[in-house]
Amino acid sequence: MTEILAARADQVHRKGASPFTMSCDKESLAGAVSQRACVFCGSRVVLYPIADALHLVHGPIGCAVYTWDIRGALSSGPQLHRLSFSTDLRERDIIFGGEAALRDSLTELIARHQPKAAFVYATCIIGVIGDDVEAVCREVSEAAGIPVVPVKSEGFRGTKKDGYYAACSALMRIVGTADTAGISPHSVNILGDFNLAGEVWIIRNYLERMGVEVVANITGDGRVTDVARAHGAALNLVQCSGSTIHLARMLQDKYGTPFKQVSYFGIDDMAASLYEVAAFFNDPQITAATAQVVREEVDAIYPQILEYRKALTGKAAAIYVGGAFKAISLVRALRLLGMRTVLVGSQTGNTDDYRLLHELCDEGTIIVDDSNPLELSSFLQEQAVDLFIGGVKERPIAYKLGVGFCDHNHERKEPLEGFVGMLNFAREVHASVMSPVWKLTPRRASQPARALEEER
Amino acid sequence: MSSSSAAVRYRSTTNACKLCTPLGACLAFSGIEGAVPFLHGSQGCSTYIRRYLISHFSEPMDIASSSFGESATVFGGGENLKLGLDNVTAKYAPQLIGVATTGLTETIGDDVPRYVREYTLERGTEGGPHIVSVSTPSYAGTHAEGFHAAVRAVVAALAEGGETGDHVNLLPGLLSPADLRYLKAAAAAFGLPEVMLPDYSQTLDGPSVAEYHKIPEGGTPIGGIQSMGCARATLEMQFVGEGEATAGELLKTAFGVPNYQVGLPIGIRQTDRLFAALEEISGRPTPHDYQLERGRAIDAYVDGHKYVFGKRAIVYGEEDLVIGLTSLLAEIGVEPVLCASGGESGHFAERIAAVAPELPSNPQIAEGADFYEIAQAAEELRPDLLIGHSKGYGIARKLEAPLIRVGFPIHDRLGGQQLLHVGYAGAHELFLRIANAVIEHKQGSSSVGYSYM
Repeated sequence: MTEILAARADQVHRKGASPFTMSCDKESLAGAVSQRACVFCGSRVVLYPIADALHLVHGPIGCAVYTWDIRGALSSGPQLHRLSFSTDLRERDIIFGGEAALRDSLTELIARHQPKAAFVYATCIIGVIGDDVEAVCREVSEAAGIPVVPVKSEGFRGTKKDGYYAACSALMRIVGTADTAGISPHSVNILGDFNLAGEVWIIRNYLERMGVEVVANITGDGRVTDVARAHGAALNLVQCSGSTIHLARMLQDKYGTPFKQVSYFGIDDMAASLYEVAAFFNDPQITAATAQVVREEVDAIYPQILEYRKALTGKAAAIYVGGAFKAISLVRALRLLGMRTVLVGSQTGNTDDYRLLHELCDEGTIIVDDSNPLELSSFLQEQAVDLFIGGVKERPIAYKLGVGFCDHNHERKEPLEGFVGMLNFAREVHASVMSPVWKLTPRRASQPARALEEER
Repeated sequence: MSSSSAAVRYRSTTNACKLCTPLGACLAFSGIEGAVPFLHGSQGCSTYIRRYLISHFSEPMDIASSSFGESATVFGGGENLKLGLDNVTAKYAPQLIGVATTGLTETIGDDVPRYVREYTLERGTEGGPHIVSVSTPSYAGTHAEGFHAAVRAVVAALAEGGETGDHVNLLPGLLSPADLRYLKAAAAAFGLPEVMLPDYSQTLDGPSVAEYHKIPEGGTPIGGIQSMGCARATLEMQFVGEGEATAGELLKTAFGVPNYQVGLPIGIRQTDRLFAALEEISGRPTPHDYQLERGRAIDAYVDGHKYVFGKRAIVYGEEDLVIGLTSLLAEIGVEPVLCASGGESGHFAERIAAVAPELPSNPQIAEGADFYEIAQAAEELRPDLLIGHSKGYGIARKLEAPLIRVGFPIHDRLGGQQLLHVGYAGAHELFLRIANAVIEHKQGSSSVGYSYM
């Protein structure tokens, strides 16, 4: 392995090669072309789907324009979150300060769009020029009569994870500001689901059929008023643990609300998550309804899953995604399709996540934290994979090498959560792996034996 | 910040019609052989820009970062930069590292040229990569300015004088890989060896491969860039840069290389300017194949003129592209009613008037525009079509008007990197796309559903 920088050697582990250790939670190494983004990105992805809030990016234009309508986070109502607002600071503002630009922009945009709240994202420069964002937000909030919440998301203040934390802190300033009367004792908040391609609606449907009320989706198809009432729910379900686990902990500390970490990807994890909710409420009606939901949903998709499994058995997959929790679910989901995972990694996993992955995977599997294009391309070539699951930045690496690719990023247009999502996932994996185009690519064309085997 | 002659001024920007300067610099650096773009700033700048470029070009796009943390921000990023340069050199074995600054590092006052000098002295880059830095604060200018600044910085750092050679320098501006291939072929057809800077015709539009290349193959060879100071001429294709301290002007001042500033060769007339310059430089007439190509394009204009005549269009994007497209629209009888750009060169209106003198009425000009302003104008103007990149789709959808996708970024269709805008072939292709969009729109909204024009 020539592609790993010495300073990153302890962020790559090969199962079976040595006892498990994994270094993670580190700042990215300069010059290593990390696939990670920054603190701002972390905050922006968490808060983005709140559809009736104004999301104002305070800084020069880049940060705002690169996050304009880039996610598949659907809203059943307002679409304000899909616009990109910026103070678009210029040299003059850098010299004399950006507070006036911020105040004027906020006032103007709030008057124009009448949002229920505003989030103000501080970008790198703001942390340097010393704008008092807090004071401007307070002033505008008083004048406009809505919460105007600063998000301390200067890009250099840590990693994407710190951005998650900043977003959760911002959300906590809204939680608890509305009345919780009338909320059922059998109620939950859905945390860490961004309603990509309507996924929250799928999960809400299951929960409602079980007899469980959903108070707030945080943040997919999110609304400010729902977030404000979130402290009234009996339980918090935390998916995508990296991004909103902080919020769950804050809610537990402040309001005593317990939380459960769940995953909606794959049949096993989806069913286990619903059963956990049922077990928590320990109500015979809910328990019976849950079993029925799982039975109906699994029955509806399982025959088709088995068809795909026939074709996919024995194929090898590589996974590199943002959060390790998602990677864990994906390993399981691929196994259901008969596929082996030979490389798995994430941008932001912690030691516990990686230990779990280590236990889950077969001998020889490479586990990697905060990887980069050269490592990933060299792993892909070494492991002869049939499928790579990742996001936009990983896609061209796979395609260039003639490897099938499945997009598990936030732009996706097909829901992958829930039972129906597992079927969509299987369909996409199947289309990616079985497409005849790979036979024409130089990588496969130079492996005639393998091509022949696949013909059979 | 939006501003225009017609609209109300707003302090906020909504849905910007521009990108940041570092993106343009990265794009330019990626067209140099063996080069790795490097952003001196936070990790996010590099990652966001990679994503944005990958979504258009569908190619690997590695941009290194000095990955700023708090301490670098407080104490300066020199150490991060040097470590980053070491790591990029170790991993990529590049021939050149193009370092662009960001808003953060400009604001804290990092002296990147000094860091680079120190680095070169300390580590000794004998046999190591060339390191070229460019100042691209994201709070000044757009991606177009960043692109041209990087090209100029590369020329300033590497070009050398000497005995005048046979070759010609091509400075094509921010065009598609297909455009770049067209320009190289055109120069070759005149028997002119060329050095095109940048040349991402292959680095950002490469073939499927068996072995992964750490740095995509292709790009302007370093030796070629060094020889730019002794070229027989430079062909510089941009409108708003005319009269400014561009790379072409630098080559002229420093090495006496004649600079032909021809504008982006979009449409017949602007392409004629390019070909006239090629004739003059080479001393040869336009090759027969290109005369035929020109004739076919005009023949297509004739065949389709009725369908497009008098149609009202909104054109938006980089200033240079909009000026070039406006010239083409004017020559085919489409009336541009709004020309909008996020750029603020100060030359936009005047250059539009210069390339399209026959327009019956002057289009509205929006400099420093955002899509909020364009959408508002569109509501009033009710254009028949929009011409620009993917980000105008929302407006086109709302107006139920066709969008002819050109330029960068194309994020909602495949093949943005293969769109041809320049030359006679580009004029031909654009004309057909515009005419067919009008025809398709009429056919689609017809109650009859005819299958004959």
